[in-house]
Amino acid sequence: MQTPSERQMARRGRPGISRAADAVVNKLIALSGWIAIVILAGIFIFLVINAQKALHEVGLLAMLRGSDWFPTSDPAEFGFLPAEVGSIWVTLIALLMSVPFGIMAAIYLSEFATGTFKEIAKSLVEFMAAVPSVVLGLLGLAFVVPWVRATFGLSSGLTAFLAGVVVGILTLPTIISISEDALHNVPDALRQGSLALGNTRWQTIYKVVVPAAGSGIFAAVMLGLGRAIGETMVVLMLAGNSGLVIATPLDAARTLTGTIAGEMAEVVRGGLHFSVLFAMALVLFGVTFVVNLAADIVLERQRARWRR
Amino acid sequence: MVVATQGVFELDDVSVAYGKETAIAGVSMGIEAHAVTALIGPSGCGKSTLLRCLNRMNDELGNVTVGGRIELDGLDIYEGGIDPVDLRMQVGMVFQRPNPFPMSIYDNVAYGPRTQGIRKKAELDELIEDSLKRAALWKEVKDSLKKHAFELSGGQQQRLCIARALATRPEVLLMDEPASALDPISTQQIEDTVSELKDSVTIVIVTHNMQQAARISDTTAFMLRESMERPATLVEIGDTKTMFTNPSDKRTESYITGRFG
Amino acid sequence: MSRRRTRTSAARAVETLMKFITGACLFGMMALTVAILGAIVWRGAGSITPEFIFAMPKDNMTAGGIWPAIVGTFWLVMGTAAFAVPIGVAAGVYLGEYAKRGLGTRIIRLSIANMAGVPSIVYGLFGLSVFVMVLKFNQSVLSGSLTLACLTLPVIITSTEESLRQVPADLRQASLALGATRLRTILRVVLPAAAPGIVTGSILGLSRAAGETAPILVTAAAFSAPLPRTPFDRIMALPYHLYIMATQAVKPAPNIVWGTALVLVAGVTAVGVAAAAWRSRQRRKIRW
Repeated sequence: MQTPSERQMARRGRPGISRAADAVVNKLIALSGWIAIVILAGIFIFLVINAQKALHEVGLLAMLRGSDWFPTSDPAEFGFLPAEVGSIWVTLIALLMSVPFGIMAAIYLSEFATGTFKEIAKSLVEFMAAVPSVVLGLLGLAFVVPWVRATFGLSSGLTAFLAGVVVGILTLPTIISISEDALHNVPDALRQGSLALGNTRWQTIYKVVVPAAGSGIFAAVMLGLGRAIGETMVVLMLAGNSGLVIATPLDAARTLTGTIAGEMAEVVRGGLHFSVLFAMALVLFGVTFVVNLAADIVLERQRARWRR
Repeated sequence: MVVATQGVFELDDVSVAYGKETAIAGVSMGIEAHAVTALIGPSGCGKSTLLRCLNRMNDELGNVTVGGRIELDGLDIYEGGIDPVDLRMQVGMVFQRPNPFPMSIYDNVAYGPRTQGIRKKAELDELIEDSLKRAALWKEVKDSLKKHAFELSGGQQQRLCIARALATRPEVLLMDEPASALDPISTQQIEDTVSELKDSVTIVIVTHNMQQAARISDTTAFMLRESMERPATLVEIGDTKTMFTNPSDKRTESYITGRFG
Repeated sequence: MSRRRTRTSAARAVETLMKFITGACLFGMMALTVAILGAIVWRGAGSITPEFIFAMPKDNMTAGGIWPAIVGTFWLVMGTAAFAVPIGVAAGVYLGEYAKRGLGTRIIRLSIANMAGVPSIVYGLFGLSVFVMVLKFNQSVLSGSLTLACLTLPVIITSTEESLRQVPADLRQASLALGATRLRTILRVVLPAAAPGIVTGSILGLSRAAGETAPILVTAAAFSAPLPRTPFDRIMALPYHLYIMATQAVKPAPNIVWGTALVLVAGVTAVGVAAAAWRSRQRRKIRW
């Protein structure tokens, strides 16, 4: 009968089978590491494949510059310009609203707020970020449309302006939390140094803290921009539905996202219209890809700076 | 594979380099079984680096090259066929700051044996009781083994870490300044434990506290890095009593009498 | 001396003003959030009856309940979790524990960040072309779940990596020194310690997926469908249901619309709040 320590000695070292199992699991983990690249590349590839027909028969430039969108007429016209202009108006209005308010709110949150109030404020920001966009669209329809209609004397309140305002509300949490992060990461030593020189809190903020957090705030705006461009449901519900290039934001408009989402369910799969919508999605993907890339590079550089 | 039987180390011209920079070089010494060997020297002299060679923990850092030969009971531990994972079950380590796992006391001590494949409750219970007794912690925790390790005091946590390391029945126990983060009473308890353990385990202890080395070790090795351009070296190694009363090297004498470090 | 004093008092006045303005912006945002929540509860609370929740719709969505939409959303979330959580956690483990600094890792990180910014309708088209058409799953829970899983992956990967990073290094050292492999260390020590953060992050990501409409527009959803019996069935889903009701010409009873909105928002918030509360309770237990 072996003593416990003899038995333990005999068991030491791992059996071959657990070594093999280890190797397999490690391989699986390494493979999943690459999943993000695979999916992102996959998105690009499948967009291109399905857009091929449109790119061939209509041509990318013709689509990008075309000012008429009549996909169901004969001959069909596939100009993206109305949707592009609509997207630009909506995004512009959204950012005009959310960037100044968002950064101001982030400044207060990071530099002045304390204790329970800060906790509550942060929770509310998180909650706002979690509200599904379709719900915001519904609220817009129920409460804001009548107001817009009355204030501007329009027959229909569904306009680019309305969509822009609600998308702005949607983008606020993104801008607030990322800006607040950037401000929070500015080392306290910088603030102390400025205060010790006789500056007020506010002077410290605009002279020292905000510039130091500058790239982070820039990234926040870029990410907000990406979010605004990519928003689908709110614009579907609130921007109206006009195929023309709009003159003022008080017209009904369409956006790239709205057009794709609105028409996708009705097209024949594999047809030209179908392919054109994929081409539109490719354009959308390209724009958000560049915007997000810029934001991420800037954020990474800022992270590297503070890591030292 | 079982590497150790007694716990005797033989180091021959050992060097350690991080990338291009050589940290220690030319270290040749022996470590006796069932005795306490202390590594002393001013901070930055490479004692922890050398210690971590003995259980190949340096492998985890990446860009590390170990030269020379380190033999454990006659076997070169850096030779291709040896898996560091197996080696570490036979050469255990206790760290400077207590680092128990966020689990119960029982699960902490059982971690090593479970890794070795021991599953039966009776065997584990026996092993855990034995390890906690050797670490002088059994009496204090025997009725509360399911308590979370973080609820113990600093000194108790460190003794738990010692028990945890002992549970794999290693031949050698490496201790990297085990008492430096503790209060004087806990330090005393650790020192007493070390003295009692040496009958069953070879102990190599790194310490910056010379009095501690003088109190508990049988052999003392003094390391020194004289300048940042040259790697650290082993200056002198010998019987502790002799080292502290009549060291051969002048540098040893300067360090011991407190002229630097 | 007096000039300095006036400059200081002017600066102080500016500070007070700016503090007020920035505070007003924050407060405005908070008030807006409360107003949104309030409006939904005010308009929708009246509709929440057991019949509303558990009954099937009647009279072409003008009466009855929304049970199939709730079930549909439930299955979508389960499906999304089944795909996104294992892969996302594994990818997070790879990034946090295995990956070395270098170009490859940088590209992976950039890809994850970029994935988070891809518009949801683009995911919908991706899902349509890959899962519905190429893999021939057709419009179904399966296609919808796979599409939503792609959308949710970046959130889960990021929160996993963050949680792993917060586990102290010396725990890993202790485990390795005891003769455990890196994999065992991850499975037995690091992941359990990081679990609260990972679970919360996953739940938050999944609750956002539950509210997404665009990806399921073309991959899963129908306005009227029976309860799903297989993963290959089309389903009703809360956000899609809300969208159709809000925009069709023939308006359904407003109480159904608001009730649906309330159920959707309550589901998302309740889950989020519960997850955050659970995480702080777990964090208190493991005091680092």
